[in-house]
Amino acid sequence: MATVDVDLPHVKDEDPHHHGPAKGLGRWLYTTNHKDIGSMYLIFSLSMFMIGGIMALIIRAELFQPGLQLVEPNFFNQMTTMHGLIMVFGAVMPAFVGLANWMIPMQIGAPDMALPRMNNWSFWILPFAFLILLSSLFMPGGAPNFGWTFYAPLSTTYAPESVTFFIFGVHIMGASSIMGAINIIATILNMRAPGMTLMKMPLFVWTWLITAFLLIAVMPVLAGVVTMMLMDIHFGTSFFNAAGGGDPVLFQHVFWFFGHPEVYIMILPAFGIISEIIPTFARKRLFGYSSMVYAVASIALLSFVVWAHHMFTVGMPLVGEVFFMFATMLIAVPTGVKVFNWVATMFRGSMTFETPMLFAIAFVVLFTIGGFSGLMLAIAPADFQYHDTYFVVAHFHYVLVPGAIFSIMAATYYWLPKWTGHQLNETMGKLHFWLSFVGVNVTFFPMHFVGLAGMPRRIPDYALQFADFNSMASVGAFIFGFSQLVFIYNVIQNVRAGEKATAQVWDGAQGLEWTIPSPAPYHTFSKPPKVD
Amino acid sequence: MTEQNQTKTNRLVVRLATAAIAMFGFGFALVPLYDVFCDITGLNGKNFSQGPADVASVDRSRTVKVQFVTVNPADMPWEFKPTLRSMRVYPGEDQTTTFYAKNSTAEWMVAQAVPSVTPSEAAPYLHKVNCFCFDRQPLDAGTDTEMPLLFVVDPELPEHISTITLSYALYDLTDDQKVTQLTLDNDKGRTSL
Repeated sequence: MATVDVDLPHVKDEDPHHHGPAKGLGRWLYTTNHKDIGSMYLIFSLSMFMIGGIMALIIRAELFQPGLQLVEPNFFNQMTTMHGLIMVFGAVMPAFVGLANWMIPMQIGAPDMALPRMNNWSFWILPFAFLILLSSLFMPGGAPNFGWTFYAPLSTTYAPESVTFFIFGVHIMGASSIMGAINIIATILNMRAPGMTLMKMPLFVWTWLITAFLLIAVMPVLAGVVTMMLMDIHFGTSFFNAAGGGDPVLFQHVFWFFGHPEVYIMILPAFGIISEIIPTFARKRLFGYSSMVYAVASIALLSFVVWAHHMFTVGMPLVGEVFFMFATMLIAVPTGVKVFNWVATMFRGSMTFETPMLFAIAFVVLFTIGGFSGLMLAIAPADFQYHDTYFVVAHFHYVLVPGAIFSIMAATYYWLPKWTGHQLNETMGKLHFWLSFVGVNVTFFPMHFVGLAGMPRRIPDYALQFADFNSMASVGAFIFGFSQLVFIYNVIQNVRAGEKATAQVWDGAQGLEWTIPSPAPYHTFSKPPKVD
Repeated sequence: MTEQNQTKTNRLVVRLATAAIAMFGFGFALVPLYDVFCDITGLNGKNFSQGPADVASVDRSRTVKVQFVTVNPADMPWEFKPTLRSMRVYPGEDQTTTFYAKNSTAEWMVAQAVPSVTPSEAAPYLHKVNCFCFDRQPLDAGTDTEMPLLFVVDPELPEHISTITLSYALYDLTDDQKVTQLTLDNDKGRTSL
């Protein structure tokens, strides 16, 4: 276990260039400090999470009863579309980038990110991307209503006028992600402290390195596909227009070539976070460190050859269905390795159940449920039954909400004392956890049942026999949604006041970030630490 | 950061940015790749041969059922249907059938049919000697026409395929045609795709 030594030379402000943050708004506009930018990403992500959450509650309120109660079907479709886009590109991805900004330099002993100015830019274009996207809600014809997967020709021939704003929004957020990814790779490959070899890096750093490569590989493809849409809509090309010799199915192929690696972009950093938290609270080293690294790498590689499992029903030939079915099932192997490693890490550890650990354990259990329903969907003949039903909705919400979102919350609770210098309020943290845990399961578990019974997704009304499970899901959604106010309260309280945190914070925690005092000084590791 | 580290970082950034730009290009390269892939494998039911078929002899040992299906996209007001719903043919035998189209609007319009074959495995074995789908079809307001299709089913069609469905979707190209007319001053309706 690392010993706490607050007199380490690298934490002293010896260099006269090292000053505190600037004052006022300028600090945030011009900052190149990885901690400031990390905080801005996290705050941005939280506000997008709230906006996307309100949209989810509008959806669930409408679905509380069969029939049309609250919103027009077209507005309902705008809500499902915007909810998906905002949660994927506005909440989950920026939250992970924010955590990367805060933690990667501190975990590898670097003074800052490799490209601090670009870092500032990649954050500051993001709010504009989402302003453009959200502004479409107030345009004539309304916001995009074609689902977050924006299949052509729904998103081209039949799209509302605002689709062009959506396309530019996606371009900007893509540019932001690519710049962020380049920065993270450059930081990890070039800025590690002496002695920090690749195989000594914390797993959060490893998973982010691999994620960053995925981002560079697929975000440009997303930019490409929306550019093709733009050209089809405004410049008379026929990429996806069958009348002009194009093919709408081509859209799905190109989209999912981006889309499947994208879902791993949203979960690999979560794997890293959980691999940091579980050893801390089990007070054991992570079981199978190198197998974890190889598992993440093989998941990332496999993610490029499974995309068509999202489109089993387009009329693929049997060979295609069989290939994509088995390639998809193969991903269960490295994922299983990870789950077993986490369980083996906990096995016979002296576990304690502080809030971050509760979220981490819930992640392992509930993510595994999501993984299993994913395996069910991977079975091509069975998928014809599940395709575009609530079963799919249940599946990806299980991997994204108690998966990605829970890991982000676990990470926030885990590192918050390091950021703010205040110990967590465990009572409030546990209250937040239990409300979220119950809320998530009450919301999404019944969706499996209505999905298997045939309720289609993205519809504002449904047959009577689905009424009970839907009202149950809506109650759960409101519990989950409002319990996030406890989270916001916890974070604000922790920033303002609290018991003074030590540098170590958690007594089982390992790693360079725990050798610097809490709160982490504005500049850390100006002189690189020695890692042996 | 040391100077040496800075050059190393710059080089890495250039390489990563190049990779990102290359992947943007790859996204577009997927379009022709997709067509080539479909051509080679016969997926998608698009790679039927056009023009005179090179068929050796008629196979009278079996018959194949060829079904005709027509589809109008939502914004296409023409009446469009096959004169025969299906035909039973010997592989290798020349066949002719027609499709009926009527422009029931009050406007002059141009349309073109886009074919697709199911099962896609059968697509390479359905030779279209002549097909109305090769050309654009103009129709004056309220007029109708019979459009010919000459085809041969290849005798090498795999034994397990006993039914082939040939589907046509009819697309409105009037706006395209007007543009082409203005720019190329082409003969009405003879602009091939």
